[in-house]
Amino acid sequence: MTWEIVIGLEVHTQLSTNTKIFSGASTTYGAEPNTQADAVSIALPGVLPVLNKGAVERAVKFGLAVGAHIAPRSIFARKNYFYPDLPKGYQISQFDLPVVGMGSLTIQVEPLSGNAKPYEKVVRITRAHLEEDAGKSVHGATQGMTGVDLNRAGTPLLEIVSEPDMCSAAEAVAYAKTLHNLVRWIGISDGNMQEGSFRCDVNVSVRRKGEPLGTRREIKNLNSFKYMQQAIDYEVQWQIDTIESGGKIHQATILFNPDTGETRAMRSKEDAHDYRYFPDPDLLPLDITPEMLEAMRATLPELPEARRARYVNELGLSAYDAASLTSSREMADFFDACVSVVGNAKLCANWLIGELSAQLNRDGLDMAQCPVSAQQMSGMLARIADNTISNAGGKDVFRTLWAEGGDADLIIDSKGLKQVSDSGAIEALVDEIIATQADKVAEYRSGKDKLFGFFVGLAMKASKGKANPAQLNEVLLKKLAG
Amino acid sequence: MARGGFFILASFPSLLNKMINASLKQLADQLAAKKISSVELTKLYLDQIATHNPVYNAYLSVNAKVSLAQAAAADERIASGNGLPLTGIPIAQKDIFCAKGWRTTCGSKMLADFIAPYDAHVIEQFNRAGAVNLGKTNMDEFAMGSSNETSYFGPVRNPWNQKAVPGGSSGGAASAVAARLCAAATGTDTGGSIRQPASLCGITGIKPTYGTVSRYGMIAFASSLDQAGPMAKSAEDCALMLNVMTGFDERDSTSLQREKEDYTRDLTKPLAGLRIGLPKEFFAEGLSSDVGARIQEAIAEYRKLGASIVGISLPNTKLAVPVYYVLAPAEASSNLSRYDGVRYGHRADEYTDLADMYEKSRSQGFGEEVKRRIMIGTYVLSHGYYDAYYLQAQKIRRLIAQDFTDAFKQCDVIMGPTSPSTAFNLGEKGDDPVQMYLSDIYTIAVNLAGLPGMSIPCGFGDACANNTAMPVGLQIIGNYFDEARMLNVAHQYQLATDWHTRRPQGF
Amino acid sequence: MSLSTADVQKVARLARLAMNNEEIEAARVQLSGIFELIAQMQAVDTTGIAPMSHAQDLSQRLREDCVTETNQRELFQSIAPQVEDGLYLVPQVIE
Repeated sequence: MTWEIVIGLEVHTQLSTNTKIFSGASTTYGAEPNTQADAVSIALPGVLPVLNKGAVERAVKFGLAVGAHIAPRSIFARKNYFYPDLPKGYQISQFDLPVVGMGSLTIQVEPLSGNAKPYEKVVRITRAHLEEDAGKSVHGATQGMTGVDLNRAGTPLLEIVSEPDMCSAAEAVAYAKTLHNLVRWIGISDGNMQEGSFRCDVNVSVRRKGEPLGTRREIKNLNSFKYMQQAIDYEVQWQIDTIESGGKIHQATILFNPDTGETRAMRSKEDAHDYRYFPDPDLLPLDITPEMLEAMRATLPELPEARRARYVNELGLSAYDAASLTSSREMADFFDACVSVVGNAKLCANWLIGELSAQLNRDGLDMAQCPVSAQQMSGMLARIADNTISNAGGKDVFRTLWAEGGDADLIIDSKGLKQVSDSGAIEALVDEIIATQADKVAEYRSGKDKLFGFFVGLAMKASKGKANPAQLNEVLLKKLAG
Repeated sequence: MARGGFFILASFPSLLNKMINASLKQLADQLAAKKISSVELTKLYLDQIATHNPVYNAYLSVNAKVSLAQAAAADERIASGNGLPLTGIPIAQKDIFCAKGWRTTCGSKMLADFIAPYDAHVIEQFNRAGAVNLGKTNMDEFAMGSSNETSYFGPVRNPWNQKAVPGGSSGGAASAVAARLCAAATGTDTGGSIRQPASLCGITGIKPTYGTVSRYGMIAFASSLDQAGPMAKSAEDCALMLNVMTGFDERDSTSLQREKEDYTRDLTKPLAGLRIGLPKEFFAEGLSSDVGARIQEAIAEYRKLGASIVGISLPNTKLAVPVYYVLAPAEASSNLSRYDGVRYGHRADEYTDLADMYEKSRSQGFGEEVKRRIMIGTYVLSHGYYDAYYLQAQKIRRLIAQDFTDAFKQCDVIMGPTSPSTAFNLGEKGDDPVQMYLSDIYTIAVNLAGLPGMSIPCGFGDACANNTAMPVGLQIIGNYFDEARMLNVAHQYQLATDWHTRRPQGF
Repeated sequence: MSLSTADVQKVARLARLAMNNEEIEAARVQLSGIFELIAQMQAVDTTGIAPMSHAQDLSQRLREDCVTETNQRELFQSIAPQVEDGLYLVPQVIE
């Protein structure tokens, strides 16, 4: 029996504004409880919301980045329900008329198993709307009580809803990663998943091939790509097992427990939801003027997809290299800065994807925290490109730049890493080896080709590792040929 | 309470009378001429309150120390030559406005111990003007009521007759002005809550165009209808009050960005050429004959002043009450969700869990009328009913607003009764909410359209069972932003007549 | 229009209002009367009429993204029913 998996995502992205969506309270993460809960955040009697321009601009920017229709007029509604972290007893959100309409995102999928090849897919984005975040419940303070911290209440969120276009955990993760990259790329969110700035709700259902859509269950609040994959894998298997053993799937909101790797249904939010949405009378319709639209369009950087295409088509990089280099705006900008100095795109790509990424990984840093600047890096890469130093010498310089900083040329000088490219000096060196190793030379000339490496080793040693390897090879080949 | 002021003025009863019946302009002149100080004036009113409030229950909070400190500061300001028109004048604030450090109850047990931690924009405006906050006035709970009987703190009595209601929801303000327990007062009007009590207590009150006075810090009932305005002894006083209360406030998204106007600017214009529209629906079934007669007499007076009369129609008038009782409760049910016993306000003493705490706190904290409206609102917004009730009401709201737009093509102002009858007795309409709701029939449509409306005294009805002839109010409805003209229309009438100077016996 | 007891119970639960059977019945009778009044609306043909949410036809003003609020926790929590370590306390929430 073949099962089909149907997945759609709802992603809550915290927008990187200075202040809350409806008040001038700070949104800085990690403040003491309720010190950023102003009169509006705690919903004192008589307070009113006023919309933050920064939040609107970011939403518009996102809409433009996914090629979406931007609603010239959108409406804020109240979603009514009682919860201690929801101080007004309603959440202000967009319901009927969201600011961002239908758009799409192209994703590169790397299948997780087997020998399947990477492929590209377009995922449709249904809508994206502005809303306010709730506060946080803190458990375990006093016995039997829950503490409520409203610092987060009113933080601007953009909820991005996809169509159910994904049919594997790999595709869902690829979509989430691409979206995560995009919101940081265009500067609308810091995307910090540990701090909850990028939270994914995943709707999963399964069906036998050819059958109508199955009932979906929604996995709430996934804040790591690894958990997302585990949760989907577990949930898909659970749903298939349930149906195959004669059971039925009921619509439910579920949580993933990373410790057990299992999902379970949530207990709270008991009665059937009746959110009683209606237009918020405290907020007027949001009109996006053509001027704002154009201003936002002008601030959009070259998007990851365009950049990736440019790397392949203009710089001749492989699809894999191009994808790696555009996995973050910082990496891509770093790369562009290096290429503009060094010229050799392939050399820059190899170093960034190889040595630099490996070192970042080892130190648990992301690109934004990289201790080596693009200027320093391209200083070093330029010396490899012009044969001043070897690739091995480059690694030496890179280690120093990473640990101590400084300037590539000064490091090359102080370490004496400049390679010998003087052909006279190399020829003299080779002549001496041929003279002292007559036996081996004879063996080589009688057909023992493998000895070539032996001569390279001797010559390198004699040059104290500074001989230009390409030049040395050439001279050796010529002289050994006799 | 300080007795000094009372002592001085009580020795000169004519001076006391002169002061408490003086117009705001006269008071300002007296203060400027140092004939009286703000501290003396404030003490005088505090003494009046101490004497009469136990009967009328018009004030919920008085804080002599704070008021007198404000008065002393006002006296210094006047002495330094920096006084403004209302500097040093004692004003009563409806208990719907948050005033920092003042208990602000909104007439509810829910907020019985709520000390406001900030000032409403209206309060800030009066503070900037140097006015004295004389106290917080009683009101229907969360402004839901037309008789002031829903206040958790007990009903307010009408100074014209203690058995009668003062109207609502700004009943405390109306009673305080009529009984001369303040120089002027603030009110709020969601469906008639300034105009109806002004009418029932024989005073002048105006609800300006929606968005003219900031709602920031004014505890919300129905956000798209609520609007604050002044209640005073005359149109001229209302104009001076409006000058202080209005103004753009960036903290209210519905506050209008308009140039500051002087609402006294047109008071003295003659009325010749004024076209008054009389909607036939305002004089149909349901209007008491004595009220109808007084309105016709007022219209006759306006003819004498040079106005012409145009018959108009507001065909959807009857629908205003049902539309209002869908929209206002819907907004209220959501606005009142924040009272959950978590961050402020009443929390039940005993509960088993979170759901129980919510339900007990809210059931104990809210009175019957508030609960009734929360339930209506919750119902009309709930799944499956939204289109039939809420959406339909919003569509008819547009038809009602359109009626006025059409009418104002034919006339400059619209006139009619404020209330279908004079003040009824306490408890008289207690059991039947529908009868109570229908008494707002002439005022509600104005809020739905967002137009300015006012009520001025225009005589007295037939003596009722209590043997007192109770005041009748004439409603004046203007086009958007036409407050200055309405005040002019009212002021000219008040120059020609003396109904607004009549006061209840004993005051 | 007449409301059922179940209607009133559902509404009371949604609105977080505790009501005993007597109160439910009293509310049912009163609300039914009010909905009879409201039912007048149903006869009106509103085809093609745009709903009116606001008294003015204006668009939302936008606020500059600048911090204007300062920490007032002490003042705000001085009127709170129950707080501990800067947190508002409520009976335990179970997810």
